[in-house]
Amino acid sequence: MEEKTIERSYLDMELLRFTTAGSVDDGKSTLIGRLLYDSKAIFQDQLEAIERASIKKGEEYVNLALLTDGLRAEREQGITIDVAYRYFHTPKRKFIIADTPGHVQYTRNMVTGASTANAAVILVDARHGVIEQTIRHAYIASLLRIPHVIVCVNKMDLVEFKQEVFDEIQQKFHEFSSHLDLHDVRFIPISALLGDNVVERSKNMDWYQGPTLLYLLENLYISNDYNQLDARFPVQYVIRPQSTEYHDYRGYAGRMASGTFRVGDRVKVLPSGFTTTIKGIDFWTDHLDSITAPQSGTILLEDDLDVSRGCMIIPEENGIKQGQDVELMICWLGDKPMVPGGKYALKHTTNDLRCMIKEVKYKVNINTLEKDYTDKAIGMNDIACISIRTTKPLFYDSYRVNRVTGSLILIDEATNVTVGAGMII
Amino acid sequence: MSEKVPINHLRELESEAIFVIREVVAQFENPVMLFSGGKDSIVMYHLARKAFYPAKVPFPLMHIDTGHNFQETLDFRDWLVKETGVQLIVRYVQDSIDQGRVVEETGYNASRNKLQTVTLLDAIEELKIDCAMGGGRRDEEKARAKERFFSHRDEFGQWDPKNQRPELWNLFNGRKNIGEHFRVFPISNWTEMDVWQYILLENIAIPSLYFSHEREVFERDGVLYAKSPYIKMKDTEKVEKRIVRFRTIGDATCTGAIESKANSVEDIIREVAATRITERGGRADDKRSEAAMEDRKIEGYF
Repeated sequence: MEEKTIERSYLDMELLRFTTAGSVDDGKSTLIGRLLYDSKAIFQDQLEAIERASIKKGEEYVNLALLTDGLRAEREQGITIDVAYRYFHTPKRKFIIADTPGHVQYTRNMVTGASTANAAVILVDARHGVIEQTIRHAYIASLLRIPHVIVCVNKMDLVEFKQEVFDEIQQKFHEFSSHLDLHDVRFIPISALLGDNVVERSKNMDWYQGPTLLYLLENLYISNDYNQLDARFPVQYVIRPQSTEYHDYRGYAGRMASGTFRVGDRVKVLPSGFTTTIKGIDFWTDHLDSITAPQSGTILLEDDLDVSRGCMIIPEENGIKQGQDVELMICWLGDKPMVPGGKYALKHTTNDLRCMIKEVKYKVNINTLEKDYTDKAIGMNDIACISIRTTKPLFYDSYRVNRVTGSLILIDEATNVTVGAGMII
Repeated sequence: MSEKVPINHLRELESEAIFVIREVVAQFENPVMLFSGGKDSIVMYHLARKAFYPAKVPFPLMHIDTGHNFQETLDFRDWLVKETGVQLIVRYVQDSIDQGRVVEETGYNASRNKLQTVTLLDAIEELKIDCAMGGGRRDEEKARAKERFFSHRDEFGQWDPKNQRPELWNLFNGRKNIGEHFRVFPISNWTEMDVWQYILLENIAIPSLYFSHEREVFERDGVLYAKSPYIKMKDTEKVEKRIVRFRTIGDATCTGAIESKANSVEDIIREVAATRITERGGRADDKRSEAAMEDRKIEGYF
């Protein structure tokens, strides 16, 4: 095998984004601390700083949670308030952790962290087994269609590392999650505190033959987490240099949402519906043959069409859904409840429009996963199925098949705050 | 035609940052890109050039000049501006001092770093800037780990860490009321290592301060500072010549040097891979208190 230099091998790594979910005391901070510590992502001066802070607070041991709680109020109260992002790498991969709090605003924060994740790590306390929180976390992972779910059964040291405990939790999880849309679920018995099966294999659980958490994170197959079938290019910005050299240059800049386009492909531009051919694909000074999600680039078309921000370029022979009446699952994030019949600003790919809430079909009880057709009041952290009517037609896919063209946000027009996370059915 | 660009982590981060920069131009009327002459702003500006090529970058760079810069950084800044034809706006902390808007700190650890905030906010108001992009990264500091790509600032320019907008998928909400503005951080998800690898990959020019050189330095609180007319020295502190380089470049009064023989970007990457100290470990501005960065950000710092 060819020997690569350090600096060159770093250039070839993949990026895995994962989110962590767990309730308040199930050892989430300890697990993250352990992952960072054992993979040598914690620096000496950071450790010294939290040592100093721990002593100052009168704590007996070095509190790894101080490493992840970045805000003054978090450190004072010993809780995590908002999503934070952590970074570490191993020789194999780079990782971005969306560290979400298990506290009060659980749904809202977990949805935020989950929206960009390739994988979710769900923590279960071995002593308590599958609880309502676990169901909630699994449901959100399913709703947000996180491709991989890793259930870490933590605190195995407190149940004498017994296999029966682990097996039972695994079985319980399977029972309720059979109704969910999860495709790749793995289970690992761990002790975040002692480090069993996090980075190092456990000596206390010979009965477990599977991978450690880090090994799994390093080896999950993520290349096809993007939809590779349906080419979608939302136009973000039109590049017109207005210079002598590039007098006639008219490029459509954007990021490939899914699939691949090649030079010579026949395409259709929405909303006009005109068809043309891709003349070129530029990125910086390079002229590319093709562009694949999630690449950014600039597409040049054969014909001069009216194309602007908010338009979508799709293959001539591969349709996309269009319409003004859209049904979606919504996670409500706003402090104020959703107003039935209310109007909200809406963002979908690069499109800005407005919509009206037409109907709340049902609300999901995220503890039991039952649909409630009677209670239609939607407040913060609620998840519901609603229908909306938009001011202009949307070009979209179902979120099931495309996380980019199937997602949207609602914005309160008075406060400008993002109040809803929507997944089109 | 060249080959398809493989999507490794750097290309993915690059694509994400370019997407964010284009969103800024699409969503805001009057954006600027903050530019200090350090590696992060240099990389960010490089990404901006890529985002709009072959058109020019459609916004100016803005340097909030503390007046306590390393000359090498200013020379590099001026060279880059000339080379690429971008518009540069400079606002001086000295002007804010002269106008009585801020008061110069005194004592041995006096620094203008914190004063920059007022100069920046004044410039934002004066020039009616509705979005200022910055090269801040979440791996730099624990308060920054909480930062959004699109960070809303109220009419006082303040950051409210407890009331940030949820940021979902790649749907960035830049809506605001008159008088408010946004800070946007396109390279939020990059680490120090990513920045260096990208500089290597793209062959990006950087100021000579980042490479090993001989310099007159003195030690204070375990940090090596460059001798400069801006730092008041104690009688007990003695200047000596050492072989050093800088890992971050900020105000000369609060940026520490490290002893190093790294002479190329490859050397720097090897050094960064082996180090056990964070990049900001040598920044006196962060050591002032446990929440120094958070406090500055709440006031309106970058």
